[in-house]
Amino acid sequence: MTVTPFEPTTDASALPLAGIEPERPPIIDCDFHNELDSIKDLYPYLSRRWTDHLETFGVRHPNSGYYPRFMDNREAARPPSGRRAGSEVGFAREDYLEPYNVTHAIMNPLTAVSSTLDLELGAAMAAAVNDWQIAEWLEPEPRMRASVVVTPQDPVAAAAEIRRCGADGRFVQVLFLGRMQEPMGRRRYWPIYEACVETGMQVASHAFSAYGHPITGAGHPSYYIEDHTSPPQAVQANITSMVVEGVFDRFPSLRMISVENGFAWLPALMWRLDAAWSLLRDEVRHLDRLPSEVVAEHVYVTTQPIEEPPRRRDFLTLIEHFGELASHILIASDYPHWDGDNPDVILPSGLDEELVKGIQFGNARALYGL
Amino acid sequence: MIDADVHIPNPRLRELLPFLSEHWIEHFSNTLDKGASQQYYPPRSPVTGRGGGLGDLREAVFDRGGAEVAVASCLYAVDSIHNPDAAIALATATNDWQSREWLEREPRLRGSVVVPIQLPAAASEEVERHADRPGFVQVLIPVRTEHPLGSRHYHPLWKTIEQSGLVAAIHFGGAPVMPPTPTGWPSFFLEEYTAMAQVFATQLTSMIVEGVFDACPDLRVVFLESGFTWIPAHLWRMDKEWRNLRRLVPWVRRPPSDYFREHVRVGIQPLDAPPVPAQLLEVVEQLGSDDLLLFASDYPHVHACDAGERLLPLLPATLQRKIRDENARSLYRLPEGGVP
Repeated sequence: MTVTPFEPTTDASALPLAGIEPERPPIIDCDFHNELDSIKDLYPYLSRRWTDHLETFGVRHPNSGYYPRFMDNREAARPPSGRRAGSEVGFAREDYLEPYNVTHAIMNPLTAVSSTLDLELGAAMAAAVNDWQIAEWLEPEPRMRASVVVTPQDPVAAAAEIRRCGADGRFVQVLFLGRMQEPMGRRRYWPIYEACVETGMQVASHAFSAYGHPITGAGHPSYYIEDHTSPPQAVQANITSMVVEGVFDRFPSLRMISVENGFAWLPALMWRLDAAWSLLRDEVRHLDRLPSEVVAEHVYVTTQPIEEPPRRRDFLTLIEHFGELASHILIASDYPHWDGDNPDVILPSGLDEELVKGIQFGNARALYGL
Repeated sequence: MIDADVHIPNPRLRELLPFLSEHWIEHFSNTLDKGASQQYYPPRSPVTGRGGGLGDLREAVFDRGGAEVAVASCLYAVDSIHNPDAAIALATATNDWQSREWLEREPRLRGSVVVPIQLPAAASEEVERHADRPGFVQVLIPVRTEHPLGSRHYHPLWKTIEQSGLVAAIHFGGAPVMPPTPTGWPSFFLEEYTAMAQVFATQLTSMIVEGVFDACPDLRVVFLESGFTWIPAHLWRMDKEWRNLRRLVPWVRRPPSDYFREHVRVGIQPLDAPPVPAQLLEVVEQLGSDDLLLFASDYPHVHACDAGERLLPLLPATLQRKIRDENARSLYRLPEGGVP
């Protein structure tokens, strides 16, 4: 499908919040999941060749990260039609966007695409997911912004898909899942970042998935709780890779957003990176400044699942350890998943009001240019 | 003062020959097998220890460093050897060599049993063989293993270590065949080095939620060369996960941070410190117990800064004393006062 540019409305009275006096603070939710009720939702956007393939073969994955989820999406978020929670824009609007005063939601559809082994199928499905997002989410709901779904292990096809979607104007980032075949800074992925920069998009690393390797640096754990605890370790490896490989020197306008990894680990990662660099910088002579400076310019973190220290003062200290980088913290709900955070009450009380406004709204508005 | 982490250099193969059987002497003499030739560090990098002899160690750790006792480990990578018979033979020889050439010659030095961790049953036998041997106080386990350390593969080994009374020392490094990150092989050692803290984090998760400490309530673990400033954030995350998902692992009856504080101790090297000293104090305080940290020089490895010099002067005298001496004395059950 050819993508045509989105024309923002100039009529204020037609905007979703016109005439509503918000009782809750405005929220830009940086992790909203639009869900397929089944793969058949994509059939209108796929050619006969691929619907036939899905009917007769299905999708193959490397199967290295099979940790069945604790439970599916929140039952209360299921639409009256009985379809999956998160699969209908109208119900999501009523159930979530309006009551929570969400002015924009960044959609991250978690589909079979990014770990598909058949790359032709992956590219076709990626395009179908993106077309489905335009037709069934972005068109009916002006609060929505989208992530481009791609097959990162086929960077040439991914870059073409990013450029195709870039013409729309409502895609704000490209979606990687957390555990890739190679760390995100590796050269193979650079055509993707080149396309991001060209189209004004950023790149997001969302928790989970797996691409053939064990999901830890020490083998396959046994239980879902380990799968669910370990995403921060993967995203730290991806941030490290992007910084150390020099991605941000080559693409200075690119920003990397960590999604659904929590965020409390970031200061300690910066300390460790700086110590490692001061010890081993001869190995990476292209990296000519402290890694923490690169992180501070280019890396953003979403809160969910937010860390909850037992003492509130530990949370306040954590925010102090972020320092100026607190302007890179973004609220995220993970709606409609079972483990989501309620975006307007999840931050502990006692935080500076301006800081809270930034996390809930201003930081994301500045990052995504909303 | 007790130094909880110093290193005996890897033995050269010919140094191990006196401790090997005829079969292995013949094998190593007539094949291209050079033993555990892999290293956990790039061969010539600044972090790689330059092997000195016992005299150098004595001078640096005891004379200049002021240690009363030092706990030493030899990072000979028997876990990198696929041939199980060779891995077992070399682990055994390394331990006999350590005992003869280092521990018996320097009573202030305590040793670590090298085990083929890829073969947990053989590792258990090696632990049993050395449990009562003078000088050995712990079992050395590289943090990067083929299976997470909480896995059932290792439960009999944990039971053996618990019953032996030895400490389980989980140390930087390891040579399983898989990538060191969940997202594939990084290009640079700097990345692998940085990621090692994340491997410690997943091992901590694994040991707690897979029930190692429920099965082995007397097990004592020490993390060496792990850094510690990443730990508070990981404890917060683990406790949140446990609140949500504990019904999937019903044997875990307390928040994971409780298990950590009860069973695990951590060396202070490398420091990975925040830029502001006050923030470093806040992180130490967030660990939630004064019993956790152990002074460790990591001799002869080089680090970004001297952790002892940078951290200890910031701390109150009682905590300094615990880190320098009392915490290690309690972990290793060293007698009060004049050791040995």
